Amino acid sequence: MNAPEWKNPVVRWIDFRLPIFSFVYHELGVYPAPRNLNYFWTFGSLAGIVLVIMLASGIVLAFNYTPHATMAFDSVERIMRDVNWGWLLRYIHMNGGSAFFIVVYIHMFRGLYYGSYKYPREILWFLGVIILLLMMATAFMGYVLPWGQMSFWGATVITNLFSAFPLVGESIVTWLWGGYSVDNPTLNRFFALHYLLAFVIVGAAAVHLWALHVQKSNNPMGIDTKGPQDTVPFHPYMTVKDLFSLSVFLTVFSMFVFFAPNFFGEPDNYIPANPLVTPPHIVPEWYFLPYYAILRSIPDKLIGVLAMFGSIFVLFLLPWLDTSRVRSGTFRPAYKKLFWVFVVDCIVLGYVGANPPEGYFLILGRLATIYYFFHFIILLPLLGWFERPLPLPTSISQPVLGGRTAATARHMEKA
Amino acid sequence: MANPAHSATSAAPGHDEGETRRDFLFLATAAFGAVGLGSAIWPFIDQMNPSADVLALATTEVDISPIAEGQSITVKWRGKPVFIRRRTQAEIEQAAKVQDSELPDRQADASRVKKPEWLIVVGVCTHLGCVPLGQKVTDPRGDYGGWFCPCHGSHYDTSGRIRKGPAPKNLDVPDYVFLSDTNVRIG
Ligand code: HEM
Ligand code: FES
Repeated sequence: MNAPEWKNPVVRWIDFRLPIFSFVYHELGVYPAPRNLNYFWTFGSLAGIVLVIMLASGIVLAFNYTPHATMAFDSVERIMRDVNWGWLLRYIHMNGGSAFFIVVYIHMFRGLYYGSYKYPREILWFLGVIILLLMMATAFMGYVLPWGQMSFWGATVITNLFSAFPLVGESIVTWLWGGYSVDNPTLNRFFALHYLLAFVIVGAAAVHLWALHVQKSNNPMGIDTKGPQDTVPFHPYMTVKDLFSLSVFLTVFSMFVFFAPNFFGEPDNYIPANPLVTPPHIVPEWYFLPYYAILRSIPDKLIGVLAMFGSIFVLFLLPWLDTSRVRSGTFRPAYKKLFWVFVVDCIVLGYVGANPPEGYFLILGRLATIYYFFHFIILLPLLGWFERPLPLPTSISQPVLGGRTAATARHMEKA
Repeated sequence: MANPAHSATSAAPGHDEGETRRDFLFLATAAFGAVGLGSAIWPFIDQMNPSADVLALATTEVDISPIAEGQSITVKWRGKPVFIRRRTQAEIEQAAKVQDSELPDRQADASRVKKPEWLIVVGVCTHLGCVPLGQKVTDPRGDYGGWFCPCHGSHYDTSGRIRKGPAPKNLDVPDYVFLSDTNVRIG
């Protein structure tokens, strides 16, 4: 599959020296996508577009934002009231953060269900987990920037997590703060890092895509593509599918931006930061609630912190914890059910995280935390041994087109 | 030595010495480079620690004469709240009679105060840093009559010691001196 002869002389001049047109042609034009990809495979490109929206809205917010403890809150209010379209840009950035996590969480659950983390896509999966960690750091520091009550106390509680480590804990926290409490030095460095990490995410996403294009996409059947009869060219088949998803996404996103811009927000963050008064209910943004629930359900401070970080790090071990060779949940009768139990468990953790850790919620939180780790560390390794997978189809085209012969015939016809 | 060209010439006197001298130079250069790199990186890390101007603000003087028995005030020291409570006789006794075995973080009340009447502690929960309630008369003071942290439910007693909840340690006692009967310097 060589690059086409470029007809336009300017294009040809450039491509001879820097084959950028050939690169796009290969990776986005003729790149072979499995023909059975469903709409869950459009969330990757959606995440990429949301990242671009975040960069664009973030950079113009930074034009108008002042990273200083005495001025940050007012500068954000000025963006909301006085800067041309400032309210729109800020609401796009605020809701974009939430949208980013929704899209990425669906993207990840897709990977869990269809076994996309298995051989030969382990590194692709790791890069995804790294991107999730970077996103969490970026979103956390971004939330501090408006310097409201939730910004301040969220920053205080989360940075204090590091004080759980014996001996060095306190020094680490002072070092993170640049003082003896969250204050102007903290805000300054969080702004610089918030700006920087967004571009580190761009880099990580590029390497993620590189790994993807080496081993190519998994698919809903989880079996390898066996030849051209199993694939379609990326353009126009997948570009159109991605665009359709994007239009649905933008419709829902606009509904939030224009009609419920503070739906995901906390009213307390419209009160300027006050280091002497803690708001009665500190809750993190919704996308951190499950981890927060894990943290609080463990009575010991250090173990709680370790469990919280562990809930993400266990994802790095997943390719080895899941001992089944079959990728797709479609052919794993037991895993298919346990997958949904796991999804419900994550939602329960989120629900518990939003409520005070008392009585009924405390018990529920503990059970859900235990189940979270039980799923990864006990169930998945055992399942590979005890589960009897359904017979796998011999190729992707076989069940789609009803038999190998038909598939080959169709393909010949087209060629 | 695996290289035959080498072993052929290594018979020549002094060559082995040259080999070790080269090894030595190599190691010395690497060690020198590592130390140099390490000391060059340090400023990039240490710049994040509290700066001179932050350290310069590290003491606060307070006039405690207006505080009546049973009242508390909150002052700001190093950006954090400090609780100054003028304890009642009942509160002092309550704090003194607690057995060590009842305390998750064992400390006698006497070692936490300079004058039993005045309890001075940093108002930052040792769990994850919220400001506990109990300074205002209307605030909940928890099961032990001191402070209550609403964030994750830690209870402190009338000596600022942790009694119940996820916090691992007692409220910190900052360094302070009584400059006179009515003046304290914190820090
Ligand atoms: C990786 C993508 C990004 C994520 C997930 C993200 C997330 C966030 C979040 C959650 C907030 C708080 C919004 C609020 O409550 O007001 C925020 C604020 C902010 N972000 Fe980002 N951000 C990203 C990229 C960027 C970039 C590239 C810039 C460019 C410098 C930027 C600049 C800002 C500024 C100036 C604020 C404060 C203004 C405000 O509160 O609206 N962000 N970010
Ligand atoms: S911060 Fe006080 S109980 Fe957690």
